[in-house]
Amino acid sequence: MDISNYLYLSVMLFTIGALGVLIRRNAIVIFMCIELMLNASNLALVTFSRIHGNLDGQVASFFTMVVAACEVVVGLAIIVTIYRSRRSASVDDASLLKN
Amino acid sequence: MRTSSHLVYLIALPLFSSALLLLLGRIADKWGHLLATLVSASAFGVGVSEFIAMHSHTGANRAATQKLFEWISVGNLKVDASLLLDQLSICFVLLITGVGTLIHIYSIAYMDHDKDRRRFFAYLNFFIAAMLLLVLGDSYLNLYVGWEGVGLASYLLIGFWNHNPTYAVAAKKAFIANRIGDVGLSLAIMICFTQFGAVSFSGVKAGASHASPAALTAIGAMLLLAAAGKSAQFPLQSWLGDAMAGPTPVSALIHAATMVTAGVYLITRSNFIFDASSTARLLVVTVGVITLLFGAIVGTAKDDIKKALAASTMSQIGYMILATGLGPVGYAFAIMHLLTHGFFKAGMFLGAGSVMHGMDDEINMRKYGGLAKLMPITAVTFGLGYLAILGVPPFAGFYSKDKIIETAFNQGGGKGIILGGAALLGAGITAFYMTRVVVLTFAGAKRWKDGSHPHESSVLMWGPMVVLAIGSVASGFLLSAGGALVNWLQPVVNASHAEGGKELMNPLVVSILALGIVALGASYAIVKYRSVPEVAPENVSIFTEIARKDLYQDIFNDAVLVKPGTALTAGLVATDHHVIDGAVRLVGWVIGEVSDVLRKIQNGYVRTYALAMFVGVFIGALILWVVTA
Amino acid sequence: MLHTSFHLALTVGRTATPEAVQFWILAPLAVIAALGILVVKKAVHSALLLAWVMVTLAIFYIAEDALFLGIVQIIVYTGAVMMLFLFILMLVGVDSSESLVENLKGQRIPSIVAAIGLGGLMLSLLGRATLPAPSVGLQTANAGGNVQGIAKSLFTQYVWAFEVVSALLITAALGAMVLAHSQKVRSPYAQRDLSIARFRKSSLGDAAGLPASGVFAGRNAVDVPALLPDGSPAPTSVSQTLRSRGDIITSAPFALEAIEEQED
Repeated sequence: MDISNYLYLSVMLFTIGALGVLIRRNAIVIFMCIELMLNASNLALVTFSRIHGNLDGQVASFFTMVVAACEVVVGLAIIVTIYRSRRSASVDDASLLKN
Repeated sequence: MRTSSHLVYLIALPLFSSALLLLLGRIADKWGHLLATLVSASAFGVGVSEFIAMHSHTGANRAATQKLFEWISVGNLKVDASLLLDQLSICFVLLITGVGTLIHIYSIAYMDHDKDRRRFFAYLNFFIAAMLLLVLGDSYLNLYVGWEGVGLASYLLIGFWNHNPTYAVAAKKAFIANRIGDVGLSLAIMICFTQFGAVSFSGVKAGASHASPAALTAIGAMLLLAAAGKSAQFPLQSWLGDAMAGPTPVSALIHAATMVTAGVYLITRSNFIFDASSTARLLVVTVGVITLLFGAIVGTAKDDIKKALAASTMSQIGYMILATGLGPVGYAFAIMHLLTHGFFKAGMFLGAGSVMHGMDDEINMRKYGGLAKLMPITAVTFGLGYLAILGVPPFAGFYSKDKIIETAFNQGGGKGIILGGAALLGAGITAFYMTRVVVLTFAGAKRWKDGSHPHESSVLMWGPMVVLAIGSVASGFLLSAGGALVNWLQPVVNASHAEGGKELMNPLVVSILALGIVALGASYAIVKYRSVPEVAPENVSIFTEIARKDLYQDIFNDAVLVKPGTALTAGLVATDHHVIDGAVRLVGWVIGEVSDVLRKIQNGYVRTYALAMFVGVFIGALILWVVTA
Repeated sequence: MLHTSFHLALTVGRTATPEAVQFWILAPLAVIAALGILVVKKAVHSALLLAWVMVTLAIFYIAEDALFLGIVQIIVYTGAVMMLFLFILMLVGVDSSESLVENLKGQRIPSIVAAIGLGGLMLSLLGRATLPAPSVGLQTANAGGNVQGIAKSLFTQYVWAFEVVSALLITAALGAMVLAHSQKVRSPYAQRDLSIARFRKSSLGDAAGLPASGVFAGRNAVDVPALLPDGSPAPTSVSQTLRSRGDIITSAPFALEAIEEQED
């Protein structure tokens, strides 16, 4: 099996995650799809590190994970705050910038 | 050619006075007219002194020049603002300043009741300055400046009472007809420059001797067009009748003695062009003959005394133009007739003004009648002018007009017969309508209402009329005695070199023929107008009908020029509004529509924006994919 | 299992058969799970499917000689991040389900088309990429152990990024605290305020307060509704969560008549 198969898998997961961001309305589900995209790119980085034979890819992947964790923390706090005042987690409700 | 330093005063004095009177406004109302008259008289004084100075020199030294400043120096075109006073110009200078001063004096009384009298005198002075610049310029371009100036002065003065829309329209008509002529003058100057590289009289004269006939004919035709515009010749003559809307002194000065003669001056000054092109000369005589008869026919049907005199002016200038086309000696006779005409026509106009003044500004001759007893001085001076224009010896017109008829016959062949015959016929018709004017105004029973009291005018008015009447009597004899004028103008127009020197008809025969026709016309008028209906009769002969309508010139102009011109303008305005503005509005509309569509992208939903970003990423990847292929 | 993958990964650009088998089983499942995230209605189900994908990825990391990273993936991502997601979901509404009908015009089809297009593009770009073949493999890099190798790289070459990221972590923690802190916008309702509000309602039915759960009933469990004075169960006496989960016991067996019958 070609090592590139991991890369193809990574691309597919990334695409599915992107599609999820565009299609779903629940803010938390959108967030989850973003996490899916990040994970897909992590897989690609790890595979590249294996292909090139150095650990730079893994270190980059490590940093990505840390940053993703921070992002999740802050993002969910925001969602909670918004939910408290609006009583709704739908992303479509924040359409005040219309026209 | 000597230089003089006084020539500029001729122009500067009236110009300065005019500016002063216009700028000071109401402050100068009390003394403005006096200053203007004084300035005009001093210009006359300078003119006389220059005339005397000229006599103390001989030959080429008679002409004087004065360079004022270097005006244009662009590439090959070098034109200086200089003045040239030679034998031809001095005639005009004396005529303009002399008759002008007399009319200034007349206007002091005539415009006495007008609150804008100061402005009137300012314009009169401006006219004097412009006309002097016209005759003193030493190049076509300098002449053009004066040309435009007199056109402007004419417009301002015809429309002097501009609160009346009819007068304003008449002024506009005059200006536009002049303008068409001005196009001719501009084109002539341009052709001169391209052909000869110079626009001064001396330069063009030098170049004309070896220019192509086509160029000379073109220049001549363009100069004739300019002269036709300014001198109210066919086909640009329709403005002169309407120009009588201006005050009578204006009609006397501008539209009798001076401005309308500028065309004759132009052709005479350009004698080297016309002498070298027989086609141009043929055009000149054609225009002259047509106008001569045109004016005479129109004059027979006019009931307005000023319009009748205006038609007469048109006809007499036709004589002058005819004369200028008859060869070198013709120029001298044209100038002679111009000078005599200046006297008697201005005198008759002033007389008409005096009659109008006494009849409460009534202009319809059918309402006059029997005024000779009540206005004796006016009647006598007018009568002397009348005899002069008829060409009765020994008055002025006899000498000048008969010479023209004689030179016309001397052309020889069919051309000579036609020209001479037409001139004679014109003399006859002139006699008819001038007699009609005199009979309707001064003779017969009184036809005016009992409310008006005709009275003789003040001395300020009849004084100038008397001086002009003296001119009408004596000037003809003085100018032609011993060939005085012909010899005087010899250096300028080469006058005594008559072509061929033929003398086909005895001068005496011509004079007798002329007098005979004149007597015929005059007696017919006297008989016909023994009784005059107060209202113009409706059913008249077809000729009268045509003459009343100015030979349909106005209708023709309207249909052929005005209406298509208006339609063209309307079309251009519509094009500007719909096409050009429409294109601009279209751009705005398109942008509006596009924005309307694009506006819908901003629907406020985050997911739409996310989709837009995603599509952008997709396009970026696509480009990358294409580039790395 | 981990050990086996480690030793059997070949250094030639191909993998050993066990790894291939593992890949071809787990990868389709991961893709199906990812697709499931898109289509399921309940958000909780999406979270669980995501957790499945993350575990799969952890297995892949370990298969690719990234031992440290695989463990960290399970601990941090699947353990901490997904737990965090589930906590928030419970706060927001466990039963919140979203209808799958798209309410934005022109959003669904272009999104699908664009996504498939981007996926196809990236796949073909990858296909064109020239990668070192045979792939080098991590034998030499992991010579002193994977953790040691990463540590050496992290604290020498990437120490600056490391410091920055730690600052980021601290900031994120502070940020979360700030955001989660809610200021009281009004003073808490006191007993007097609540009493006044009860008496001002349209009907005085609840003026004396709602019955606690279990009152007038045989049980005082939280999942048993209280009875109203007329014997019918009070629907608001059980928590909304239990109600939506359908975990309540009907009060029919606890009606007064039934109880009197059971006297013993």
